[in-house]
Amino acid sequence: MALELKDITYKYSAGTAYEITALDHINVTFPDGEFIGIIGHTGSGKSTLVQHLNGLIKATSGEIIYNGQNIYDKDYSMKELRTQVGMVFQYPEHQLFETTVYDDVAFGPKNQGLDDKDVALRTYEAMEAVGFPQELCDVSPFELSGGQKRRVAIAGVMAMKPAVLILDEPTAGLDPMGRDEILNMLKETHERTGNTVILVSHSMEDVANYADRIIVIDKGQIKYNDTPKNVFKHYKDLEKMGLAAPQVTYFMNDLKNAGMPVSTDATTVQEARDEILKLMGR
Amino acid sequence: MSFIEAKNLVHEYFRRDENDNVVDILTAVDNVDMNVEAGQFISILGHNGSGKSTLAKHLNVLLTPSSGTLFVDGKDASDEKNTLDIRQTAGMVFQNPDNQIIASVVEEDVAFGPENIGVPTDEIWQRVEKSLKAVGMWDYREHSPNKLSGGQKQRVAIAGVMAMEPKCIVLDEPTAMLDPDGRKEVLDAVHELNKKKGVTIILITHYMEEVVGSDYVFVMDRGHVVMQGTPREIFSDVETLKEHRLDVPQITELAYELKKSGVDLPDGILTRQELLEALRYLDEN
Ligand SMILES: Nc1ncnc2c1ncn2[C@@H]1O[C@H](COP(=O)(O)OP(=O)(O)OP(=O)(O)O)[C@@H](O)[C@H]1O
Ligand SMILES: Nc1ncnc2c1ncn2[C@@H]1O[C@H](COP(=O)(O)OP(=O)(O)O)[C@@H](O)[C@H]1O
Ligand SMILES: [Mg+2]
Ligand SMILES: [Mg+2]
Repeated sequence: MALELKDITYKYSAGTAYEITALDHINVTFPDGEFIGIIGHTGSGKSTLVQHLNGLIKATSGEIIYNGQNIYDKDYSMKELRTQVGMVFQYPEHQLFETTVYDDVAFGPKNQGLDDKDVALRTYEAMEAVGFPQELCDVSPFELSGGQKRRVAIAGVMAMKPAVLILDEPTAGLDPMGRDEILNMLKETHERTGNTVILVSHSMEDVANYADRIIVIDKGQIKYNDTPKNVFKHYKDLEKMGLAAPQVTYFMNDLKNAGMPVSTDATTVQEARDEILKLMGR
Repeated sequence: MSFIEAKNLVHEYFRRDENDNVVDILTAVDNVDMNVEAGQFISILGHNGSGKSTLAKHLNVLLTPSSGTLFVDGKDASDEKNTLDIRQTAGMVFQNPDNQIIASVVEEDVAFGPENIGVPTDEIWQRVEKSLKAVGMWDYREHSPNKLSGGQKQRVAIAGVMAMEPKCIVLDEPTAMLDPDGRKEVLDAVHELNKKKGVTIILITHYMEEVVGSDYVFVMDRGHVVMQGTPREIFSDVETLKEHRLDVPQITELAYELKKSGVDLPDGILTRQELLEALRYLDEN
């Protein structure tokens, strides 16, 4: 099964002098069980796109098909859709509203109608998964540091165990180890449960390290939809869109330009290391 | 005396219950000594919750020390009489570009600060021009801030702080929400202010690449300063950084991995150029 967007166009303030076409005839399929990265410069339409996927924004035109059903059908349950397609928003502080961290994380599973015991299990499990210290669970979310708030927001969505998990720049503001922990946890959960993960990110390194496939958005249109290697090959074109390649990809090009016979398609530190060791005959 | 001088600086947050009884005390900044000279470009690194923002808020007197002392440009931050002076000396820029812009036209937004402290009108517009030019946003002076990219908004926020003519700007994760282009724009603008105008810069960031051009780096862990030195000194010690939940720039990591696989490279390679030269040297010898 899959999540399919068919010819989706979205206009903010449609029909007014301020009309902005944020998405321009988008056609894309998110098959079940993939780990997908979405990149694009600020304002390219990434957040607008992902907010369509759980029905938060309704397309100006076009259709969205989830598991064979058109989500814009009159009798389709958006509430049901939102328990299956979970989203961590770009600004987590907008997502926290309960008086304690515990209640905040427990909100989703409670809403899914689980009993108290299961809610508690899910809540503690999710807090542990995101590395949030249990002793802070009775604290108000507003007393947390920036990175701690982000973990709570992610835990709140993980606790619902959605089949499709969307994260809009989830690692902004996390410390480097926290970033790796969260991304490893997402990857591990993805491999264990076969869920679909859609990761919107400004970090080229992160999408290169974790995504099976990268979608590049520019001015509301999809420019690339391919493996990290094939996408970052076009780094000059990406730069024109305000993006870049991982640092190691640039470095492999430096080596090549300096006359060394290397392949330039490495996008991760490990790939670059192996290619250089090969060059040095090790 | 240094431009910024913190001695045994402690900050405690008190948690209270509904009846206002203290139920918990959290020491967010714990006995910090820190000296910064005028004109330096300083970076502060540290895990989430290590106390960076809490420390930064002292430099602008949004918070005051629970104990210990902090002097900014020779003025005691614990003395209320100095609050306005210090706020004038050290401006702050925060993470989220959308929460920092007030006016509906760029130049008005930049004028807002100096207007508020009663700067004469002629001078305000001179300052607005100077500040917007300094961050490369002069051409956008009549635009609406909503229509700008994140990096552009952050540069307007920095211009707004500049217009107050501070000697020092404290930036708390100014690039966390930006795309690669926006990050570069903001970082370039900040370096320019430091070099050309001699503004002292304190940059808090989780992006290790952004630290490479600093004069000096402080690393915090659970409220303490646990490492300090030049970027090369700091990034030479990959293992210790990882113990503090940090990392190194991707190029430094690549050099470190190569070294672990037996390639004879020096510690603390920071840039593509340096790694290229080191590998070429090996290739030729
Ligand atoms: N207003 C507050 N009331 C109570 N405790 C607070 C408050 N703000 C921060 N803290 C606590 O103080 C500690 C340090 O927080 P601070 O915001 O200084 O960290 P930070 O280093 O800036 O982290 P981050 O990288 O996540 O932004 C944390 O444990 C946090 O929970
Ligand atoms: N609430 C809104 N009202 C009007 N325009 C908006 C709104 N949100 C986003 N936009 C505009 O839609 C376009 C896409 O924005 P967005 O989806 O937020 O991009 P991204 O997430 O890639 O930064 C931009 O031109 C942006 O200014
Ligand atoms: Mg966005
Ligand atoms: Mg902080």
